[in-house]
Amino acid sequence: MIRFLVSRFVQGVVVILAVITITFTLSQMVPGGAIRNERNVSEETKKAQEEYFGLNKPWIVRLGLTLKHYVTLDLPDSYHYKGRGVDEIIASGFPVSATVGIAALVIALGIGVPLGAIAALRPNTLEDRGSTLVATLGICTPSMVLGPLIAMLFGLKLRWFNVAGWFDSTDWVLPALTLGVIYSAYIARLARGSLRETLAQEFIRTARAKGAGETSVVFLHAMKLASLPVLNFLGPAAAGLLTGSFIVETIFQLPGLGQFFIAAATNGDHQLTIAISTFYAALIVSFNLLVDILQALLNPRIRLHA
Amino acid sequence: MRSRINACALGLIVMLVILCGVGPELSPYEQSQQNLELKATNPSLSHWLGTDPLGRDMLTRILHGGRVSLEVGLLATAVAAVIGVFYGMISGLAGGRADAAMMRVVDILYAFPFINFVILLMVIVGREFWLIFVAIGAVEWLTMARVVRGQVLALKNLEFVTAARASGAGFWHIVWKHLLPNVTGPVIIYASLTVPGVMLLEAALSFLGLGIQPPDASWGVLIREGASSMETYPWLLLYPGLFFSATLLALNLLGDGLRDAFDPKSMSQHQA
Repeated sequence: MIRFLVSRFVQGVVVILAVITITFTLSQMVPGGAIRNERNVSEETKKAQEEYFGLNKPWIVRLGLTLKHYVTLDLPDSYHYKGRGVDEIIASGFPVSATVGIAALVIALGIGVPLGAIAALRPNTLEDRGSTLVATLGICTPSMVLGPLIAMLFGLKLRWFNVAGWFDSTDWVLPALTLGVIYSAYIARLARGSLRETLAQEFIRTARAKGAGETSVVFLHAMKLASLPVLNFLGPAAAGLLTGSFIVETIFQLPGLGQFFIAAATNGDHQLTIAISTFYAALIVSFNLLVDILQALLNPRIRLHA
Repeated sequence: MRSRINACALGLIVMLVILCGVGPELSPYEQSQQNLELKATNPSLSHWLGTDPLGRDMLTRILHGGRVSLEVGLLATAVAAVIGVFYGMISGLAGGRADAAMMRVVDILYAFPFINFVILLMVIVGREFWLIFVAIGAVEWLTMARVVRGQVLALKNLEFVTAARASGAGFWHIVWKHLLPNVTGPVIIYASLTVPGVMLLEAALSFLGLGIQPPDASWGVLIREGASSMETYPWLLLYPGLFFSATLLALNLLGDGLRDAFDPKSMSQHQA
């Protein structure tokens, strides 16, 4: 177990350093740059800023400097938002993305798991067909179609929520609903498949034979094993949800991390681009590790090895 | 039941491919041909799905956009398949340390925030059409590589490969004549499940304004245009959305059907 954790930690560090290097290299190819592209700024000011950020040094030195920032946890300032550290910007955008993401995750599990479970427990009935149909339709509805439709219905027609922006305390509802409904479809499909497969296994027959009630068979014995594929999907999905879907943040105009990333990528704010990519990578790595540990706890047959 | 659904899905895909392939040529309108006097109109006899605010014929634009979206989906999947088959085949054949190292690289790549890389790439190369599918294909090959590697590992010690080797067949002959044909099935199944994912990614990029650029159209572009004017002209969002969803539905059903038909067990094992 300790060896597993150490090896995964080292692997995570490799991922993060690689992501910093790749994002750095890619962002060097973006034409112009946040400082070069500024208007109404004299050449001397630009030169002074480039000097300050070390932009006049050769790229290999700059890569070294960038890596040093992250290794020593002394994060650089954004090129575009002057005087603000990239960590401050992430700290302002992440709560927005995370609020929507967590709410979406709750909605997705709240709809997806019961839908999948009902379908699996009553195979080939109307309930099964109906919930499978709903799940399949959900998978085929892209968020850029569902989002505007939800905004039109609840925002423009019913006027229950704001159509866009991040002002009221209820502004997370519509984006979370959009993401949640789509993810619930994936979860329902996975839950149905894995629960059905689990219920057909020997240990379930043993549990029934020793007289366990149907509720206990499903919830105590089968659910544990059946949740593994769902967990496996949720690892990367949760990281994606927490950091905000680019699409949903665009539709509902949320000041989340996704919006900051797109802005940073287009206006050449390399420091922020690198910082947000690195933050994403760190989240993905942590979630994958969390899922591996949870899986080992749920299924005694899975052993963690390096 | 299952086979009937598969047949319907396949039929729908064939119909869409023909419609998107031939439709724009048969239409009396060009996809970007404006008619400013007409503005946005409801569906009518001359414009079956109406027109957009610039008076462009929606049906022509949707079919043209579908052609672009399908092209990106197929080409990007082809790129992913080529990289994945190549990588997985080498890894599986090499075995031992090299195999372990190559699969560790795939594990590491799985943790990469690829959507960020693709967005950066789009910004760098000025949103070229060819770059979109190369960029998407370059990030979608990981699972394909795993599938192929698993298959090759299972195949390479089977009798018919040993027999071929014993009868003096060279390395490339074995790869080309014996291994490749046997990995084609899983590759096709997985590819059919990759196409809808790729099309969604392209639509997402275009929706963000980073993919296909107007006046050229893809379904992502049309949905973006439709979403911006949905309050006044909801059908501009609904029609391309419906075409896109129907295509995704058909592709997903076909992929599932193929997977069930060929080998229900193999896919779940590879994903574990």
